Amino acid sequence: MVTTLMNKFKCFFILSLSVWSLWGCNNESITSLSERSVIYCAEGSPETFNPQLVTSGTTIDATSNQLYNRLITYQGKDNTLTPALAKSWHVTRDGRKVTFYLRKDVPFHQTDYFTPTRLLNADDVIFSFNRMLKPEHPFHLVSGGNYPFFQDIALHLLVEEVEKINDYTIRFHLTHSDSSFLANLATDFAIILSAEYAQQLTQQKMKASIDTHPVGTGPFKLKEYRVGSLIRFYRNDEYWQEPTKIEQLVFDITPSNTGRLTKLLAKECDITAYPIAHEKIIQHNDLTLEAVTALNVGYFGFNVNKPPFDNKLVRQAISYAINKKVLLEAVYQGKAELANSLLPNTSWAFDKSIPEQEFNPVLAKSLLEVAGFPQGFTMDLWAMPVQRPYNPNAITMAKLIQTDLKNIGIKVKIVSYEWNTFLHRLKLGEHQSFLLGWSADHPDPDNFFSPMLSCSATHTGSNTTFWCNQEYDDIIQQALQTTNIGLRKKYYSQAMNIISKEVPLIPIAHSKRYQARGNNVTGDVLAPFGGISFYQVAKNNSLNANNKTQNDGEN
Amino acid sequence: MLIFTFRRLNLFIFTMLLLTLLSFSLSFLFPGDAIINISGAINATPSQLIEIQNAYKTDSNIFWQYIAYLSHIANGDLGLSMASQSKISTEVLNLLPATIELSLVALFIAMFIGIPLGFIAAIKHNKTADNVILSISMLGYSIPVFWLGLLAILTFSISLGWFPSAGQISLLFEIELVTGIQFIDILISDSPYKWQAFADASAHVILPASVIAVAPATIFIRLARTSMIEVLETSYIRAASAKGLTFQQIIFRHAIRNALIKIIRHVGLQFANLVTIAMVTEVIFSWPGIGRWLIESIYQRDYTAIQSGLLVLSCFIFVVHILTDFIYAALNPLARGNKYGS
Repeated sequence: MVTTLMNKFKCFFILSLSVWSLWGCNNESITSLSERSVIYCAEGSPETFNPQLVTSGTTIDATSNQLYNRLITYQGKDNTLTPALAKSWHVTRDGRKVTFYLRKDVPFHQTDYFTPTRLLNADDVIFSFNRMLKPEHPFHLVSGGNYPFFQDIALHLLVEEVEKINDYTIRFHLTHSDSSFLANLATDFAIILSAEYAQQLTQQKMKASIDTHPVGTGPFKLKEYRVGSLIRFYRNDEYWQEPTKIEQLVFDITPSNTGRLTKLLAKECDITAYPIAHEKIIQHNDLTLEAVTALNVGYFGFNVNKPPFDNKLVRQAISYAINKKVLLEAVYQGKAELANSLLPNTSWAFDKSIPEQEFNPVLAKSLLEVAGFPQGFTMDLWAMPVQRPYNPNAITMAKLIQTDLKNIGIKVKIVSYEWNTFLHRLKLGEHQSFLLGWSADHPDPDNFFSPMLSCSATHTGSNTTFWCNQEYDDIIQQALQTTNIGLRKKYYSQAMNIISKEVPLIPIAHSKRYQARGNNVTGDVLAPFGGISFYQVAKNNSLNANNKTQNDGEN
Repeated sequence: MLIFTFRRLNLFIFTMLLLTLLSFSLSFLFPGDAIINISGAINATPSQLIEIQNAYKTDSNIFWQYIAYLSHIANGDLGLSMASQSKISTEVLNLLPATIELSLVALFIAMFIGIPLGFIAAIKHNKTADNVILSISMLGYSIPVFWLGLLAILTFSISLGWFPSAGQISLLFEIELVTGIQFIDILISDSPYKWQAFADASAHVILPASVIAVAPATIFIRLARTSMIEVLETSYIRAASAKGLTFQQIIFRHAIRNALIKIIRHVGLQFANLVTIAMVTEVIFSWPGIGRWLIESIYQRDYTAIQSGLLVLSCFIFVVHILTDFIYAALNPLARGNKYGS
């Protein structure tokens, strides 16, 4: 009996040993694949693969810098404009003609669905801009005909014509000089699409594919997308700059905050967006927590079309009833700045003189009485389901606001939807009040004022307060027509004063954007504004991996 | 056997009718317009809406509406998901195999651990081994699965780093979705990293499957123990031992087979329990299965998905029940004579 048992044990031991050894060698080859790839745990799914169509940060992160290039871009600490697809540019003295000279060596992606026959030329640039500017363009209405960023800044009124001078030179004719024009062309939205691909799609009668099956010039090309699950990018080996060091980039879509943290700790992600539990990450020696001071603002907005928020007094009352300091402490762990208006203090147009919002429930209560709601009322508060840099936990914030408002007799119902549905329903104006925010796309202050609160932005759905004030619109227009910094600063200060008086929204905080990564991943990903970029990213042991690639070859 | 089959089919049809009746009435019980709840077409234009109303016969009486609903289900049309506006039938077909895969692996783990342990406990009846096994099974049965899942992730993924914490396979491997059952898909794929993918997928399934397996395994322990004790007390075992067979011979040749018959009966029952546990576990381990999808639909108030998802899941569990009944009947001729469709 004993001997048989011993034998059985031996058998089991040998068996398990062999299983382990099998495991071991498998692990090795997995690392060779993972050495050449980076997995990024993203917080949500993109709505589309064309950044022209959206302003949502999640979509920009996934698409803009990975798949596409712009004519010009920002570089360095002081954000100077530098050449990208355009090797140089020229602005006439009156500021109304802007000429770009294109690079002649830029190929488009070769993918499973498209093989380019020519390099980038002026036709592609003209196609990309005319699609947005001209309502009669055959591709204008594909995917809904909304180009929120450009419609907010009224680019169609600014650009008279995009002229092709020759195959590699194009000229923008502007109706008036605009100090933010170049800055806007350098944003993540002003990407260049392939006109040849569009032509192919027209012949195949599959125009909508231009935004779902992207073809760009960027460092990565799209391989696979599974909604709500993953985005797989391959390296663009023909990239016009040096190709990226990694071969594969995978976005692992993980909306749950704890899920992303777990995956980071279990080494299933190399880089994680918006991590929670910062102390925990700092404790780990093989993980790094990074932060950039981002140009953003988180706010509590009202739908001014819906009662009772069409009444200015109600909005003011609520702004007095909310204790922002507590929100900052509880939601941002004190790692954000209190927002007095739209602009953070890193912006050059920041105005110190704008007073801090007072916390005064008694005043709030009396304002409500004046407004005709002595008994209070019931309202819906829409809280974002995802973590964004400007608001790491909207649901918690909503609960705190709920308690604050209960004190002045307002009953708050918290509503939340899946992120894309949330944004979609906000655009339709189904909400009463909402928690949202704005991350800047370029350092020009106009990027806060026009897209967030201008009248034209109410039509495109990026101004979901639906607040439209002619005086405010005139002021921000005037600010754009001059290049005099002092004068612009004055205009923006006036605009911020109007916002403080009218309260279409209550600014809450300007926060940092966080990211965590394993120490073996090098290269910058975060930027102070706009989307993330994986162009620079590499893994420490990528040298060996490169040799191996050659042996493995293509599949 | 024919009568047995007929009886089961009969039961199947009537249960399905009841289930569809329940899911049909849900569309009226959920808030909002019944026709939108049932079709999921929240963005339909007025003309489309009229078309849908005609298809579901909303102007006829409730009976014909129900018949129209049944014919939609029979054609595989479960409506659109309110959240994603994609067809629920395709979503379910993509997700259900993942759940089946996870549940099957869990069931095998539960059986391979639970049944032998139960037999050991029965053989060592009223001795220390029996008591230890019984107390462990009591403990395993009382631990809530969501807590156990988190604990497993914390220990085996985060602290020890042995197993991955989420998903079906490392995202680096590109495996085309053909059958939906990951292991089969890997084996038929032409990926150069096939065997690594296979090993990786195995590593991914172990943790969630083990967590799911704990509760059913404890039940199998108890079932196996009772049925073995019963068998060991029968006269034919005593006769065998009187013939002078060794203890091992008795157990392996006679007792185990007869004890197993009684357990198989309960495997089907346990499967329902197991799928329920799997739903919660799928959320914890981000397993792309139907349970996680259903729970997400509940969060998003996606009534069409809830309604159809429940129907598909209960239908699936019922089919499994009937299948195990057949296996049982095939193995045990006595069962075929059962008069009642239990």
